[in-house]
Amino acid sequence: MSAPASIGVTERKPDGLFLQRLKGGDPIAHAITWLAAASVLLVTVWLVAQLWMQSTPAIHAFGFGFLWSSEWDPNAEKFGALPFIYGTLVTSALALAISVPLGVGAAIFLSELAQPGLSAVLTFLVELLAAVPSVIFGLLAIFTLVPLVRDVIGPALDKTSGVFPFFAGPSYGVGVLTAGLILAVMTFPFVISISREALLAVPREQREAALALGATKWEATWDAIIPFARLGILGSIFLSLARALGETMAVTMVIGNDPKITPSLLAPGYTIASVIANEFTEATSNLHLASLILLGLVLFLITIIINAGARLLILATTRQGSAT
Amino acid sequence: MNARLLRRKVINAVMLALTGLCTAVTTSTLFVILGYLVWNGASAIDWDFFTKLPLSPGETGGGMANAIVGSFQILLLAAAVGIPVGVAAGIYLAEFNPNSVFSFLVRYTADLLNGVPSIVVGIFAWGVVVVPMKHFSALSGGLALALMLIPITVRTTEQFLKDVPVSMREGALALGASKWRAVATVVVPAARTGILTGLILGVARIAGETAPLLFTALNNQFWAKGWSAPIASLPVMIYTHAISPYEDWHRQAWAAGLVLLALVLLANIAARLILSRGANAQRS
Amino acid sequence: MSSTPESRVKTAIPAQILPQASDGVQTDLPAVKLKATGINFFYGAFQALFDVSIEFFENRITALIGPSGCGKSTFIRNLNRINETIRGARCEGEILLDGENILGIDVTQLRRRVGMVFQRPNPFPKSIFDNVAYGVKINGLARGKRALEETVEKSLRRAALWDEVKDQLHKSAYALSGGQQQRLCIARALAVDPQVLLLDEPCSALDPIATGKIEDLLFTLKDQCTIVIVTHNMQQAGRVSDYTGFFLLGRLIEFNKTGVIFRTPAQKETEDYITGRFG
Repeated sequence: MSAPASIGVTERKPDGLFLQRLKGGDPIAHAITWLAAASVLLVTVWLVAQLWMQSTPAIHAFGFGFLWSSEWDPNAEKFGALPFIYGTLVTSALALAISVPLGVGAAIFLSELAQPGLSAVLTFLVELLAAVPSVIFGLLAIFTLVPLVRDVIGPALDKTSGVFPFFAGPSYGVGVLTAGLILAVMTFPFVISISREALLAVPREQREAALALGATKWEATWDAIIPFARLGILGSIFLSLARALGETMAVTMVIGNDPKITPSLLAPGYTIASVIANEFTEATSNLHLASLILLGLVLFLITIIINAGARLLILATTRQGSAT
Repeated sequence: MNARLLRRKVINAVMLALTGLCTAVTTSTLFVILGYLVWNGASAIDWDFFTKLPLSPGETGGGMANAIVGSFQILLLAAAVGIPVGVAAGIYLAEFNPNSVFSFLVRYTADLLNGVPSIVVGIFAWGVVVVPMKHFSALSGGLALALMLIPITVRTTEQFLKDVPVSMREGALALGASKWRAVATVVVPAARTGILTGLILGVARIAGETAPLLFTALNNQFWAKGWSAPIASLPVMIYTHAISPYEDWHRQAWAAGLVLLALVLLANIAARLILSRGANAQRS
Repeated sequence: MSSTPESRVKTAIPAQILPQASDGVQTDLPAVKLKATGINFFYGAFQALFDVSIEFFENRITALIGPSGCGKSTFIRNLNRINETIRGARCEGEILLDGENILGIDVTQLRRRVGMVFQRPNPFPKSIFDNVAYGVKINGLARGKRALEETVEKSLRRAALWDEVKDQLHKSAYALSGGQQQRLCIARALAVDPQVLLLDEPCSALDPIATGKIEDLLFTLKDQCTIVIVTHNMQQAGRVSDYTGFFLLGRLIEFNKTGVIFRTPAQKETEDYITGRFG
């Protein structure tokens, strides 16, 4: 901050003294910026180490069994992660099942069909949607989605498809389905904006090649453009998945907070992030706290692996795009 | 042959219409959100909301003055820590050593940190600040948000610095400027609009974060007693009020939601305007 | 034989670029396959083509030459209406395929009948087989798996690529060399049995050996379709074409039999270009 200011002075009277000093500043600037860069690395390593150390009591007590034990009873000091892992995966899968088709469809419209002006406006709206804080999605979900699922969607699903265990049973409003729906809305922007970029990166020769063979606009899109952009689209799906898995507030507000594994989507459930949010400040024992932190570590590892995969895929598409 | 062609045309029309429908559904959710918040929040916002403290459940009225100030305090702290570190690291990656293994690692971990669930960042800040200090504090909340701001800032700063043409750098170096002088006087100023936009977007993003504050800054029904005491923030207030059973608290949650969303969206729109104006200025 | 006057040309081609009448003998007049009249083309406000009129004869190769940016590529992209996919593009004038206005033909059917090969090889990210089969499948031209396989083989043979790829049909098309990819694109275009084949500088991204193979290929294809090739390479135009049109700044300056254009061009600009004084 002070460096540019002093340069303003040298510009007015270039007497060489400041210039000298600045030349001497080169190693200092190098060192300072290096430190900042190194701190990013350091903090990440520290984060992993911290999670590991603080969860050791739970690791010692339960070992790998923690992952597949489905009992979570703070009074009996029994902690197992399975209901939370199950809830996290099911809500995220449900979210993607809704947001991927809708999002990719919208991305196709924005990149292939819409006029550039309209496309720019709509893309900006999508960016704004991405900026809406999670807690606001939760607020809306509590007062709109929960009654809707409880009174309309839930009973309708139970009546029409209650033979399937996923849609059977009473509908409380809060539950896996509601969490999945709000997560779907929250992942739209990621699917749309990254898929759109992947589609825009497809060379126009690909589209023309299909059209020149007599393909309709849709056939050219489906057969030539989407296959070309498939890695990027897959990347967008992975990234959205990582977002959905780690999402805390909106889900916590509507999932119902019940650590049970039930096939029905209408029943309440629990996710890793929600149980941490709910129980962390009220943990009854050190082992309880350590188990929550261990859940955090599990969540961290899952999202990291998926994120890394997403980035590799997106990288691969941009490479492919520039190579051909 | 003709039936086939007709079928293809119908599929074409139907599928293209469906993509339009997808776009309508996804983008309209933003308007649904905005509409609902304005509908429920506007009537709940009054002068008291900005000037008074929250009341106990059961009493009507009160406001969230402490949460509004608290949010700004936490953001100030997060920005004071996160922006210098993020910008400096971004400068290092773009200018000093872009191709080293170290830079690759930093870039990769920044992306990684960016993808870490915010609740996990909260656990980390709790372990590093709250546990040694033995109480929840504004400080720990600010640090948790700073941790989320750093990776965003690093990557946007680097990106906008990289977009500065090499010829500009060479021009400065050819005049005998040192590397640092060239960076500070030519490259960074050339990228300042982009960097500023990135900072606004980054701060706007952490402004709505709730999960990292739950067990760092915690919450406070009153004015915070300094940086090392628990402090209220808008996102946490929205959360606690929304899940409460009280009608009047719900009203306050809507008002707080509207204020928070308005701030975040305005920051996003402002960033967009700054960026497009900057682009226009460069073009002419 | 060298400069037969072609009476049917007279009606459409501006007088100044008529083939020079010399001996007055009319033999083997080829039929007109594709006829463009008064084509003006705009990219937004920019006019890229000015009043271009030309005819392409059945089973003949016509080369369009001219310096880069002269509008020759833009012109042939109107013949299969692929220019319509560019925003802000507008085409005026009339183009007839076998006497039928192409605007009256369903655009997917038009493009099936008028195939195109592009400047850079653009195979789909699919296998070699699927690339060639693509147009056949979407247009429903083959009944059953056997028929499809036969069509693919036939097309690859016509594109002189069969022997090189017959053992790796299910490998990715990207595994092929640039020259092979371009012949694959030709095979893909041929698979739907087009009546006209448009080639937009098909050899500009290829080495001389690959270029030679494609030129040989054009001779064998001529019996089956009408070929229009855009090239900035005058030697190539001289080697492969029966007729040549010379474009400059969006106008068709001269059109005639290739021998005439190269030996005794009527226009000063053509002569300058041919002899290398510009371009």
